[in-house]
Amino acid sequence: MNLNLDFSFYNWDLISNFVLKGLYFSVMLTVVATLGGIFFGTILALMRLSGKKWLDTPATIYVNGMRSIPLVMVILWFFLLVPLLIGRPIGAEVSAVVTFVAFEAAYFSEIMRAGIQSIPRGQVFAGQALGMSYGQNMKLVVLPQAFRNMLPVLLTQTIILFQDTSLVYAIGAYDMLKGFEVAGKNFGRPIEAYLAAAVVYFVMCYALSWLVKRLHKKIAIIR
Amino acid sequence: MSWDWQVFCEDTIERQPVESCFGKGGDITYLDWMLSAWGWTVSVSLLALLLALVLGILIGTLRTLPDRPMVVRLGNAWVELFRNIPLLVQIFLWYHVVPTMFPVMRGVPGFVLVVFALGFFTSARIAEQVRSGIQALPRGQRYAGMAMGFTTFQYYRYVLLPMAFRIIIPPLTSETMNIFKNSSVAFAVSVSELTMFAMQAQEETSRGIEVYLAVTGLYIISAFAINRIMAFIEKRARIPGFVVAGGAGGH
Repeated sequence: MNLNLDFSFYNWDLISNFVLKGLYFSVMLTVVATLGGIFFGTILALMRLSGKKWLDTPATIYVNGMRSIPLVMVILWFFLLVPLLIGRPIGAEVSAVVTFVAFEAAYFSEIMRAGIQSIPRGQVFAGQALGMSYGQNMKLVVLPQAFRNMLPVLLTQTIILFQDTSLVYAIGAYDMLKGFEVAGKNFGRPIEAYLAAAVVYFVMCYALSWLVKRLHKKIAIIR
Repeated sequence: MSWDWQVFCEDTIERQPVESCFGKGGDITYLDWMLSAWGWTVSVSLLALLLALVLGILIGTLRTLPDRPMVVRLGNAWVELFRNIPLLVQIFLWYHVVPTMFPVMRGVPGFVLVVFALGFFTSARIAEQVRSGIQALPRGQRYAGMAMGFTTFQYYRYVLLPMAFRIIIPPLTSETMNIFKNSSVAFAVSVSELTMFAMQAQEETSRGIEVYLAVTGLYIISAFAINRIMAFIEKRARIPGFVVAGGAGGH
């Protein structure tokens, strides 16, 4: 084993210049994609559960389509298509945000659907018996319980999403991994840069998944 | 805009259309290139799956051993390590860091390193499924095996694992489909698989939409084929009288 590592080139200036800039983008992308994905995912899930064919079919095609294509291909597709559709070039960063919202919506909708279906039908009937409209029933009875059931899964998906943001490498967007890579190249220390990137990703994701596990224990509905 | 599917019949050097769409002699067309890229995708995925199954089953089983807290802890550490680092970073580690740190690995081709990266990454996820499959079995099964005088190895081999494997076929199906999708990350270290082909052909021909459509179609065909194969295995492996327990998720 040949260990000749030198981490001494990491100092605060370098971290704030290269890594933090990328980390900021990775976190921003994760947050926007999570919020946007949950919003559109809920709509997709409601379309699929509506029982109306003209709503169900397009949503099913969209979700299954997105889920059978690799994320990298989706990133490349949007990077190619969005500028064609709107008629002017957009940066890799904007393209990445649009892609991740569209892509994660498919995954979040599956989580939503499972969560909504986990609510006993009696709850829906009880709401109807009280004279609630579909919207009221969803908002006041079903979704609050469904959210509680699926919160741990949603958060786990968010951690996976954070890891997947590294794939914007394909279109050259500047995320945290890119930050480490650029720093490593500038200082001629690529090995140390990749190792440091792995450690940082690991610490962040491990800490988050530990928190999710604790939260799960705390909020699980005991039936 | 207009379609131009002719692009697949052009050879990759002169960009002249070839009569049969397949290159002759040493020349290759974009169609040839794409099919060979598909071959790389399939080989990377299947070899990684093999590695992931062997490691994942071994580690997943070890994590359920009674009275072996150290082994269980090591297994858990394995899973956490490979689950919490993005696949792309793991591929970079295998491709750039491992050959530098271990001179033995220096001559190993990139293709093999990607198989290792993808295999180890997926092994953690399969280990997790194997563990939950074994733990989904009623505790009585283990005790029954013990009461019969089986050794630990025997009651795993004859009692627990045969049932656990059947339970985890649905999550394994999605994991196998995931491997095919994840193999696309190999583009980052220049393995000439489908995504790499898509990026390069798009750049050379500027017929991005046609190229991407074809590549996306091949990914969907691969995913569908796996889905059917696994459904067939699930059907063949089913034990009459047992409704497959668990049923957690599916795909």
